[in-house]
Amino acid sequence: MTDRNTVKKIAASAVLVTAAALALAGCGTPPSTSSTGGSGSPGASSFLACMVSDQGGFDDKSFNQSGYEGLVQAQTELGVSIKTAQSKNTTDFTPNLEAMQAQNCDLDITVGFNLAEATKDQATKYPNSNFAIIDDSSIDLPNVKSLVFKTSDAAFLAGYLAAAYSTTGTVATFGGMQIPSVTIFMDGFVDGVAQYNTDSGKTVKVLGWDKAAQNGTFTGDFEDQSKGQVTTKNFIDQGADVILPVAGPVGNGAAAAAQDAGNVAIIWVDADGYETSPQYQSLFLTSVMKEIGASVFDTIRDTQSGSFSNTPYIGTLANGGVGIAPYHDFDSKIPQDVKDKIDQLKVQIIAGALKVTSPSDPQ
Amino acid sequence: MSTPATLDPQPPASHDPHSQLQACQAPQPQPSRWRVGLKKAASSSWLTSALAVVVALVIGAILIAAADSRVQQAAGYLFARPQDFFGAAWNTVSGAYSSLFQGAVVNLTSSHSFADVVAPATKTIAYSVPLIFAGLALGIGFRAGLFNIGAQGQIILGATLCGYIGFSWHLPAGVHLVVCLLGAFAGGAAWGFIPGILKAKTGANEVIVTIMLNSVAVFFLGWLLTLRSFQIPGLSRPISPRMDTTAGYPHFFNTSIDLGFLLAIVAAVVVWWLMERTTLGFRIRAVGENPHAARTAGMNVSMSYVWVMVISGGLAGLAATSQLLSAPSQQLNVDIASTFGFDAITVALLGRSKPLGTVLAGLLFGGLRAGGYLMQSATGTPIDIILVLQSVIVLLIAAPPLVRSIFRLPDNDRRRRSRSTAHARSLRHEAAT
Repeated sequence: MTDRNTVKKIAASAVLVTAAALALAGCGTPPSTSSTGGSGSPGASSFLACMVSDQGGFDDKSFNQSGYEGLVQAQTELGVSIKTAQSKNTTDFTPNLEAMQAQNCDLDITVGFNLAEATKDQATKYPNSNFAIIDDSSIDLPNVKSLVFKTSDAAFLAGYLAAAYSTTGTVATFGGMQIPSVTIFMDGFVDGVAQYNTDSGKTVKVLGWDKAAQNGTFTGDFEDQSKGQVTTKNFIDQGADVILPVAGPVGNGAAAAAQDAGNVAIIWVDADGYETSPQYQSLFLTSVMKEIGASVFDTIRDTQSGSFSNTPYIGTLANGGVGIAPYHDFDSKIPQDVKDKIDQLKVQIIAGALKVTSPSDPQ
Repeated sequence: MSTPATLDPQPPASHDPHSQLQACQAPQPQPSRWRVGLKKAASSSWLTSALAVVVALVIGAILIAAADSRVQQAAGYLFARPQDFFGAAWNTVSGAYSSLFQGAVVNLTSSHSFADVVAPATKTIAYSVPLIFAGLALGIGFRAGLFNIGAQGQIILGATLCGYIGFSWHLPAGVHLVVCLLGAFAGGAAWGFIPGILKAKTGANEVIVTIMLNSVAVFFLGWLLTLRSFQIPGLSRPISPRMDTTAGYPHFFNTSIDLGFLLAIVAAVVVWWLMERTTLGFRIRAVGENPHAARTAGMNVSMSYVWVMVISGGLAGLAATSQLLSAPSQQLNVDIASTFGFDAITVALLGRSKPLGTVLAGLLFGGLRAGGYLMQSATGTPIDIILVLQSVIVLLIAAPPLVRSIFRLPDNDRRRRSRSTAHARSLRHEAAT
């Protein structure tokens, strides 16, 4: 009996404390205008933009997050309503797209190459709905727009920079999975190094990717950072002093290995690593950036104004869809003539005088 | 219902108090607390199951409201304008649950056709198929006293075999489907046989062995998918080619419901018949109630374990077919088993390890899944709420006294026990006088 009484006393005091905490928390003053509790965005239009993520969700510090940022930007600047669904694994893709279909979205955006099959199935099933897919150009349907990037151009500049910066004469790259949106970085990087070799008469080697054979080093996924660390350590042991990991979060493993080795620089991908991964700031020579968010924003704006088309959006150096990040901490370590040469190459690529090609280039 | 200690399997041979003490201390005859708990959870009453679902929904409602930014905002001035807080909480919770309902049962907002209105129910049925198969698999194990945590691995092996047959063999329609189903059963059964035989021959704990085999299965499939013969030609991605349409389940009335659901129902009937009407089923139940008594009665307990694990694994393997043979993207990848193997533990517990209960629990969880997708996309409610609902249900089923005290239900077990002690006391009293 005493046991039960003790329990009751504890329960009662717990309730009292909670109630007191709630009472204190609830003493604020209400907003002066009686809000109706709508979606909150002023002048929300009836346009509904929807997005389904790949595995990893919208907080992955990589392409899902970039896409989501574009969606949120459209919500605040264009006043569109948004709905999102996160996929925990590949079995969620189709159900999530089906659920979006039930919301009568004006535009369904799917983030990533892995959703290509599911997007294609849905677009075939619902020919009156508009879809946009990031990083895939395999779907040829009137209601599907591809948002793809000529990443090879930007990676070319990074490759040139890497070769010029390397003191050991060896640079390296590796990917997460051998898919076109990854290997396109590696193709451009290899060509940039080759360009430097032609210009300077040196022979800087690239480890991890053979462009002609389309064969190289991959960790197998976009999750396991320890594999990135081991792979990078192997490259460093073979003399590489600039590494380009094209593997999303796995790149953090590469950065860790570079930090251990000292004197090894990393080139980040997708976003400016200097801003997204502050703990490794001193390692980033530059970043090969893809403006996924901007492409999402532009596509929503065009669709809202009634000009949806299945013509692919291709991010290039010219339209700012791809580019290389500022040199940040390395700015003083890169000779001015190399910087000038990179600017010059960029102008040549934009003008079409210099063509960077990759089998994975968007068509 | 028999209490586990009714039959002392090894009565002490001598009346020497010392040896009696030793026999009492020896852990062997006493079933472990874990097993007692499992048995209790698996045989809880219908009322407990139903009330567990109700309590889970209430807790889910509180979490949905707490996670919503408008409710949080209104809570800040709860005392100045309480109607804001309760209004916001009501809107959020009713919005989330009504979209959960509309995603799982009927879509009342659809103005199109009857097929659109009942489409959610057909999806619920489609999603319940793997859960029913795997739930039946685990239910058989539970009734034999085996805690098979390995449904996940067994599903993966079933998927591997069924998938390989599906995309690499090219057989006529119908025959291909049957061969795929046999492959799925064989793959799961083989993966179930390993812990079964290890338990029978060496006494290895099936809980640990099956958990470990889950990891082995995932990495085995991951390795297979690095081989060219498992990949789409020309692409080196860890994903297989699409299954041949000749291996697909036929769909009923152009809905999401396919032959897989019919097979799941047939499987439930077969499991009922096996457990209630056959010698093997009787043996399995006897072993589950008290292995020592079963052994004393001349039953081969070890062989029963092997049989149970093979049947259980095979049924779990069939759960893979709903992904491979009916989903629109019919490709083998490492995520093919999703979390069905673990969800099925909950399904079997909620269904009290009985076939009918498992089918109903499978439908409930299929509905939560179908509704969860719509709830997430329509109202922005985190889909993790569904996982919380499922977890709370398990928690409450595993702790029946908690549910009883919440709803002030009488404890039938205790009443029966106290009645029997009173009876014994009066008998002793009579004997003394």
